[in-house]
Amino acid sequence: MSTTVDNATIKSYRPPVIEISEEGDELLEVAMGPHHPSTHGVFRMDVALDGERVIRLKPVFGYLHRNHEKIAEKASYLASMPYTDRLDYFCSLTNNWAYAIAVEKLAGFTVPERAEYIRVITAELTRVQNHASAIGFLLQEMGASGTPLMYAFREREKILDLFEELTGSRMMCNYMRFGGCRVELPKGWIEKVGVLVAGLPQFIDETEAFLTGNEILMARCQGVGILKPDLAINAGITGPMLRATGVNYDIRKVDHYGIYDRFKFRVPLGDHGDIYDRYMIRILEMRESISILQQAIKDIPAGPIMDPKSKIRGFRPKIGEAYGRIEAPKGELGFYLISDGTGNPYRYRVRPPSLINLTVLEDMCLGQNVADVVLIFGSVDIVLGEVDR
Amino acid sequence: MLGEAILKGLAVTAKNFAGSFVSEERMTTVQYPEERIAPIENTRDFPVLIYDGADPMAGLRCVACQICEKECPPKCIYITKSADKKPDYVGKPQFYPTRFDIDISVCMSCQICVEVCPFEAIKMDTEFELSTTDRFGGLLFDREQLAKSNEYYHSIHPTEAAEVDARLAEEKAKTEAKAKAAAEAAAAKAATAAATPKEAPAKEPLP
Repeated sequence: MSTTVDNATIKSYRPPVIEISEEGDELLEVAMGPHHPSTHGVFRMDVALDGERVIRLKPVFGYLHRNHEKIAEKASYLASMPYTDRLDYFCSLTNNWAYAIAVEKLAGFTVPERAEYIRVITAELTRVQNHASAIGFLLQEMGASGTPLMYAFREREKILDLFEELTGSRMMCNYMRFGGCRVELPKGWIEKVGVLVAGLPQFIDETEAFLTGNEILMARCQGVGILKPDLAINAGITGPMLRATGVNYDIRKVDHYGIYDRFKFRVPLGDHGDIYDRYMIRILEMRESISILQQAIKDIPAGPIMDPKSKIRGFRPKIGEAYGRIEAPKGELGFYLISDGTGNPYRYRVRPPSLINLTVLEDMCLGQNVADVVLIFGSVDIVLGEVDR
Repeated sequence: MLGEAILKGLAVTAKNFAGSFVSEERMTTVQYPEERIAPIENTRDFPVLIYDGADPMAGLRCVACQICEKECPPKCIYITKSADKKPDYVGKPQFYPTRFDIDISVCMSCQICVEVCPFEAIKMDTEFELSTTDRFGGLLFDREQLAKSNEYYHSIHPTEAAEVDARLAEEKAKTEAKAKAAAEAAAAKAATAAATPKEAPAKEPLP
């Protein structure tokens, strides 16, 4: 008896392609993720390995795609504000701010003085807690399970308590509105921020004593995952990633959005563009944020927090387009809006720093060990909610 | 010396470890079901409907204007408007919701319904222990489940509730003064126009 074999089955079956490296060794293909514990969520890296060495790396996005932009085009301008919280859920207040700037440009609202100060204070607190937890996660990926991350989260917890007192929610703040902020500061809030800010340098000193000189950290980080400045500029990298390569580009200095021209602060720059520089940049940026916070708390004026001309619902901006951008903790966060004169945007586009900073992942990983891929990925500091939207 | 910084780092860990035995405030963990942290006043999670008086259904402030239903970003509010009207807190006849459902499994606690409500009828609750074994019906709250008294609102958000009460009282006083003035004007007009009895009676002005 003969067995009949379907021709189609034979044709569709292909033996796995085994790639051969230059030295004549077989390459191993590894799918890191989407459920790899180091990928901060659902993200996949298709890595081709020659022994331990990375020959090729292909990032695969889209597992957390939620159709944010299309939903925003069907909803009113106000209804998109709570959705922006869910982009980078570590820094909801900076996301709110970037979107508010874009709509304010489009609709021509102005922001009162006091609201601008509140925005700066909340954004800098956000930057401190984001950088603290980014460092914690970086160390977690290096194998320092828990301890640095817990110290960072202990500090972050205090900041989130302040956010809850002000906005009602710890992470999904939904606080800023077009032409100001939603609610007035609760009684005694500024004093509490003052107490917290006074304690922050101690936390950073402790973190530095704990980590900065650590031989294991230096051995794992220095000279690993180097990004060249020309490639960083060409790829549109922003934020601490770009500044670690030595390029002086901080939108707070370049654009002076809000009232950042009133504050004295320095922009820390790296030299080598490796993981260690990215770590140091974050530590130094936290120190600069503390100095901005101290100045803002001292100078905050009394007054209204909403532009009397602004409306939260039912406004129809004139036909036109606007791009609002800010220096979010992870890089340049921009919102591009086109209005066709109706109550919802014709086009709504997010320029997420996390996604664009991830595009150079392969260039940083080539030739490194597979164990360092996790580390390099962690040093980019991404949130998958923003990468996939 | 190699390893010096590691030892320094370990000293930080040791200090933190020992510190948690010495200082109460370093003990950041709260043993949740037995211990609870003090509630923060502005906390919000899911919307509730506020009513005045004793009867929840008669005293609902909601007039079924459906603005929250339209503005809700995830569209989790379902309202059916009544056919008849009943007087609201200023005595003006208004519609009321015959159905007011919120699917709190969809709600994302954004507070936009609260902001857009012109009648101070919908507010945010702080109750978070809402777990249920029924995923669908158990998380679709109807107006009986959503109705909460003004006293309850005062107990969870005292500052905000006091402001709301002041605003409502002011509005009521304004409406009453307006109605009174209108009635007086109408009476005066009726007195002067007594010679021409055919004139139509003065209409109640809309508040």
